[in-house]
Amino acid sequence: MGMKARNLLDRLFSGVGVLAIVVMGLALVLILAPIFSRGAGAYIFKATVEHRRMLLERFERGNAEALAAEAEAVREARAPVYAMLARYAAEDLAGLSGREKREARQRLEEVEDILQELFGPMPGAATPVLPRQQYGATRWDRAEVKLDRLLYVETWDYSDSGSMGQQVLKPRREEFAGTALEPLFGYVETHLEAMLRPEWTFYWGFLTDSSFDAHIFGGIWPELVGTIYLTLGAMVFAVPLGIVSAIYFAEYAQEGRLVSLLRTCVSTLAGVPSIVFGLFGLAFFINTMHVSRSKSVLAGSLTLGMLILPTVIRAAEEAIRAVPHSYKEAAVGLGAGRWRTVVTVILPAALPGILTGTVISMGRAAGETAPIIFTAAVSVGKVLSPWETLTQPTPALSWNIYNLCTEHEAVDEIRHVQFGMAATLVLAVLLLNLVAIIMRARISNKLKG
Amino acid sequence: MSPATQDGRTGVDTGLGDRFKPSNVASGREDVPPLHDILEQTEAHVATRDFSIFYRDNEAVKKITMEIPMRLVTAIIGPSGCGKSTLLRAINRMNDLIPGCHTTGEMRFDGQDIYDKKIDVAILRRRVGMVFQKPNPFPKSIYDNVAYGPRLHGITRHSRLDEIVQRSLVQAALWEEVKDRLDTNGLGLSGGQQQRLCLARALAVDPEILLMDEPTSALDPRATTRIEDLIGELRGSYTIIIVTHNMQQAARVSDLTAFLYEGVLVEYGPTKQLFTKPREKQTEDYITGRFG
Repeated sequence: MGMKARNLLDRLFSGVGVLAIVVMGLALVLILAPIFSRGAGAYIFKATVEHRRMLLERFERGNAEALAAEAEAVREARAPVYAMLARYAAEDLAGLSGREKREARQRLEEVEDILQELFGPMPGAATPVLPRQQYGATRWDRAEVKLDRLLYVETWDYSDSGSMGQQVLKPRREEFAGTALEPLFGYVETHLEAMLRPEWTFYWGFLTDSSFDAHIFGGIWPELVGTIYLTLGAMVFAVPLGIVSAIYFAEYAQEGRLVSLLRTCVSTLAGVPSIVFGLFGLAFFINTMHVSRSKSVLAGSLTLGMLILPTVIRAAEEAIRAVPHSYKEAAVGLGAGRWRTVVTVILPAALPGILTGTVISMGRAAGETAPIIFTAAVSVGKVLSPWETLTQPTPALSWNIYNLCTEHEAVDEIRHVQFGMAATLVLAVLLLNLVAIIMRARISNKLKG
Repeated sequence: MSPATQDGRTGVDTGLGDRFKPSNVASGREDVPPLHDILEQTEAHVATRDFSIFYRDNEAVKKITMEIPMRLVTAIIGPSGCGKSTLLRAINRMNDLIPGCHTTGEMRFDGQDIYDKKIDVAILRRRVGMVFQKPNPFPKSIYDNVAYGPRLHGITRHSRLDEIVQRSLVQAALWEEVKDRLDTNGLGLSGGQQQRLCLARALAVDPEILLMDEPTSALDPRATTRIEDLIGELRGSYTIIIVTHNMQQAARVSDLTAFLYEGVLVEYGPTKQLFTKPREKQTEDYITGRFG
């Protein structure tokens, strides 16, 4: 092969390599950027007076007097709307009859429904049972969406049979032309801020509040605590076991058929799909071992522990093998037995590597969804006490991200929660890694002298 | 020959009087007593008979019979791969760490068979200390490095440990340099200091024999001289067995020299005689640099 061809090949090779890295980096940005930017929306957003009312009534936070004054101002701003509704019912609706009246009433109800979503229950109405009907729009971004729905009627135009139906937005005002309700739409559009009083808010409670009414209100504290419990639980099972196994593999095992079989088992275990671990956890820990009557944090932790065990073993074994042989010789030369050598010399020297492996698997345990579906996770729950983790299931971030995306009945209302959860989970794992890197650097420095 | 080696030797009572002094090579004394005289004067500390070491089927050390006298310095020389390190490591059973390594024949230490099943290897290794080719301090503080052995053997009282650490570091001529930073990491020392730290660590458990496996091969000339001086100072208190591929070093520091070639003990005798009037042709070829 000529020099030109060799150079070309070299350049091609490094070009492809760089490209792969760039694509990876781009993918990372494409994944993380929306998660963080939209996730931030769960914490920082324009909160309306309804949000402040909800906080005061449900979490007893906020200034009651200031809120009372605000509620008064809001009531004044909203009063014309309700007056118009009342006038429409009394003047326009009363004059109709039969089918026309039914249709008009239906149109009115639609308007009333949207107004309820915006401002909460009508004055004088009985308090609804569902919390989502007790409060209006708590977030300004949602309020704007609802305003759109109030102003425009969405219809579909199927006149061209050859193509798909076209969405047509028709001003709702036209439906009420000439009635007492006609000015309502213009009024709401121009006075919405006065009626909801949005303010930029940092809602730290998203992290530390429990949620209610299917995550529409409140935060993700039970999910966060559940994830912490499950992760720590998995660590408690996997780390000691993993380190002991690694010590066995690296220091005690006589290389032979049995040991290479064991090694193969560990490698295979590392490649088993996580859903299989989930089913195994259900079949083994819950149905066979009966560690708990049904799903529980304990069963989930055991399952996650099994999942990360191979990773911990591998990382710890690598770390132990990387300890210079001369350390071992020195200890043995002074009369130390195997166990003493391992405990006093090898493990301390291998600690940074073991730590790294442990934290990587910790991140994995925190993010895994499939293993806890059948063994630990529920979509809604309260914060458990450590004692309850032995018998009770828990909500967890990973599972709830999935669950809120796929099975929520009002998915538009909780988009911010989905992204908030995802961002929190990613951030927690990143923080964990950061802590590990710092710890590792510190220990390494201490070892280097 | 370095004159520095003489300093370390003065005042060491070997129990042999003036009849045998290792510095005789440098001081030009010619009346070297024959080996059997030396061995009669001092007890044999380590004695082997038909001692062989195998790596699986490969015989690395072949039927060696030799006696190593107490409190003198014995050097083992020979070309790379001749089995000298293997032989040295057999004395404190470090070869146990190597899978597939086994021995035949016998090796006695203080009259006891080292390879007897009843031997407690931990105690053997405490009595037979070792310094390795590359300085290998633990990634721990200087203090903890030296105290590692004593702690291993059950000494926990602080005052006692302090005493041992100081004594060992003084013996290894390191005390003055490190006494103000005993809590700093041993790996922060220079190579020569690290090797002296390893020596102090070995001395801290009060061994009777010191095995040195090419202890200066990773050091610069100045650090090498210091280690050689130390060997001279320790001579008389400890039985020292040193493996070296540096013939000048063997000539400078040792009383007796054994020449190993391809696992066979070719010649063993007083250093002076081996280097000036070798009995074997192979020895002569090696020390004159015709091969090796």
